[in-house]
Amino acid sequence: MHASLFITCYNDTLFPETGRAVVSLLERLGVELEFHPQQTCCGQMHANTGFRAEAYSQAKRLVRLYSDTENVVIPSSSCVAMMRDQYPGLFEELGSESLRRDLAALLPRIYELSEFLVDKLGVDDVGAYFPHRVTYHASCHGLRGLHLGERPLRLLTRVRGLDFAPLPNIDRCCGFGGTFSVKNAEVSSAMLSVKLQDVLATKAEYCTALDNSCLMHLGGAMHRQYAGMKTIHMAQILASTESTPMESFQ
Amino acid sequence: MSHSVEHPILDPTLAAPFPKAALPVLRDPQLRKNVAHAIDVIQTKRGKLVAEKTDWQELRSAAADIRTHVLENLGAYLEQFEERCTAAGGHVHCASDADEARQIILDILREENASEVIKIKTMTSGEIQLNPFLQASGVGVFETDLAEIILQLGNEEPSHIVVPALHINRSQVREIFAKSMGRPELSDDPQALTEAARIYLRRKFLDIPSAISGANYLVAETGGVVIVESEGNGRMCLTLPKTLITLAGIEKVVPRFEDLEVMLQVLARSATGERMNPYTSLWSGVTPGDGPQNFHVVLLDNARSSILGKPRERQTLRCIRCAACINACPVYRQTGGHAYGSVYPGPIGAILTPQLMQMRHAQSLPYASSLCGACYEVCPVKINIPEILIDLRAQVIDQQRHNIGRFFDPLYLGLRIAGFLFSRAFLFHAAQRLGRVGAGLFTHKDGWIHSMPSVGGKWTQTRDLRGFPNQTFREWWQNRPARSSTQIAKEPK
Repeated sequence: MHASLFITCYNDTLFPETGRAVVSLLERLGVELEFHPQQTCCGQMHANTGFRAEAYSQAKRLVRLYSDTENVVIPSSSCVAMMRDQYPGLFEELGSESLRRDLAALLPRIYELSEFLVDKLGVDDVGAYFPHRVTYHASCHGLRGLHLGERPLRLLTRVRGLDFAPLPNIDRCCGFGGTFSVKNAEVSSAMLSVKLQDVLATKAEYCTALDNSCLMHLGGAMHRQYAGMKTIHMAQILASTESTPMESFQ
Repeated sequence: MSHSVEHPILDPTLAAPFPKAALPVLRDPQLRKNVAHAIDVIQTKRGKLVAEKTDWQELRSAAADIRTHVLENLGAYLEQFEERCTAAGGHVHCASDADEARQIILDILREENASEVIKIKTMTSGEIQLNPFLQASGVGVFETDLAEIILQLGNEEPSHIVVPALHINRSQVREIFAKSMGRPELSDDPQALTEAARIYLRRKFLDIPSAISGANYLVAETGGVVIVESEGNGRMCLTLPKTLITLAGIEKVVPRFEDLEVMLQVLARSATGERMNPYTSLWSGVTPGDGPQNFHVVLLDNARSSILGKPRERQTLRCIRCAACINACPVYRQTGGHAYGSVYPGPIGAILTPQLMQMRHAQSLPYASSLCGACYEVCPVKINIPEILIDLRAQVIDQQRHNIGRFFDPLYLGLRIAGFLFSRAFLFHAAQRLGRVGAGLFTHKDGWIHSMPSVGGKWTQTRDLRGFPNQTFREWWQNRPARSSTQIAKEPK
């Protein structure tokens, strides 16, 4: 199986360990990975802040870049949701007929990481070992955007050694929302504070998710508050084995 | 608006931007507790009653289809409503904006020599700032919905469209009643409080012969009006007075009587978490010898037809004011309603107010959402609120592109520059390296950034940010030696 990794701009810059974990995990499962060096950003930040022209030009760039690719794997549900929910509207308004055709052909080949594992590779036991207590934050885009459903839990609960701690009010937003976190910093912080109470109450060692953006928000508050919990992208848990523990991706 | 308003905070032309308006609530533990508690109670009830309805998604689709069909044929249905309502003895007036609607209502009241009027179930009257206008014109206005009475007597503002006094708890209600009714002995027992309200209300119902109502639905086929409520005070208001004026947005019409089967089911379950609301009043025109003999309907446009002209935004007008989006919204749960600066709070307010005000005001409202999508998921008429929020944000930015002040907005500048950097991979790589150096200046010994200047400071008010790593993913990828999959599994680095 071939797949091209769209790492996303912020994972590339701020969370390269997530990318390294995806590579380790997928190559372990026999996937031949490519990485397109011309990739930058999917346009989500611009689209969601109202910069439609900029978002469109990034969307156009991405669709052209991957038009010949067999599968695209993306370890970020909000970026995948951007492509599925917003690209069609952007192209309807600003794009050409050929671009719309290319998008329609590309969209079914785009996978969020847990979709790729469960739907495309057909695995839910990826052979991982992670002897820690972990809670799972279902990001809004994973939950309501992509309808990931049971996929993340199927993957997590089959990790050996993992002590799974369910998160109460799992459908509630952490308050990140991209530029919302700075445009409405105080409201965002109030939402974060409420979310953090639920997360910390699980007494987990790690809070995981399929979006580093939510985790950056939760983890930033945990660090500020000496909360005694860490965040970790699910790819890093799934990549961990007895011989290659999580620390080897840091 | 030409006249002075008594309660400026719910006037979008005067209200502070959302982030600023939210601050007093965020700092008020009692208020936040009241809001979160009330919301959680409603949400739990709604969740149960939606779950028991196995065909809920079909019902949602049916409701969305009815509303979509109406909006596509609104002119025809409004004509039909006017014709049938008039034939049944009602008078139909059309108001293009708030000024016109207020004047029509005042003229009707003057014709009746009314010095006082009672009111029930009308958010739309808040939209057009009717109460302060009538009071300034010498007409005493008395609310009769229990929550609205609490607000009026306490000189408070509504913070929710279904439960307007949701931010006020029982002991605060006691305070308001005890003070305004001159009854210091009043207890905060719910029965004692409702009895006090009943005594206050009965006199109003018996003494005041003119009433103003809103409308949940207008039925084109019969020329009828529908009002749903929980207390029965609405029915008093709709049956006892001699003159009744119904104020309704033009979008409130449904084609047929039988459409109510769908619309009333989704409304009750979404709004109050009930299978059916306690009081549903339906009437058409005038019935000789029974109920109001002088019946008027004021159909309000107030920018609705301009919303109707926009294919994506048009879905806003499907709204049936059930407040399911408000109750599901994690932002509203923290801020309550007043921060939205309009009688329409929450996600629906964030899209409706800027459109009703034609974007001249309320520019911060489209940004008052984390785009979590909970509103869209619960909406019984499937309004894609996040999509419209994003669309309105694009309109705000398009306005800003022509505004000289944009050069002083660091977020605007940052995003314009980022847009340029993302257009070429080599520019993005250069920016990543530069960002690493820049962030290094702010990175603490522990490897984290604890404070940043400008927009970044908004982040570090309450959260840290991990320092930039020494190597981007792409640098790692380019530098890793070519190897087979099995080797990589053993040596991930």
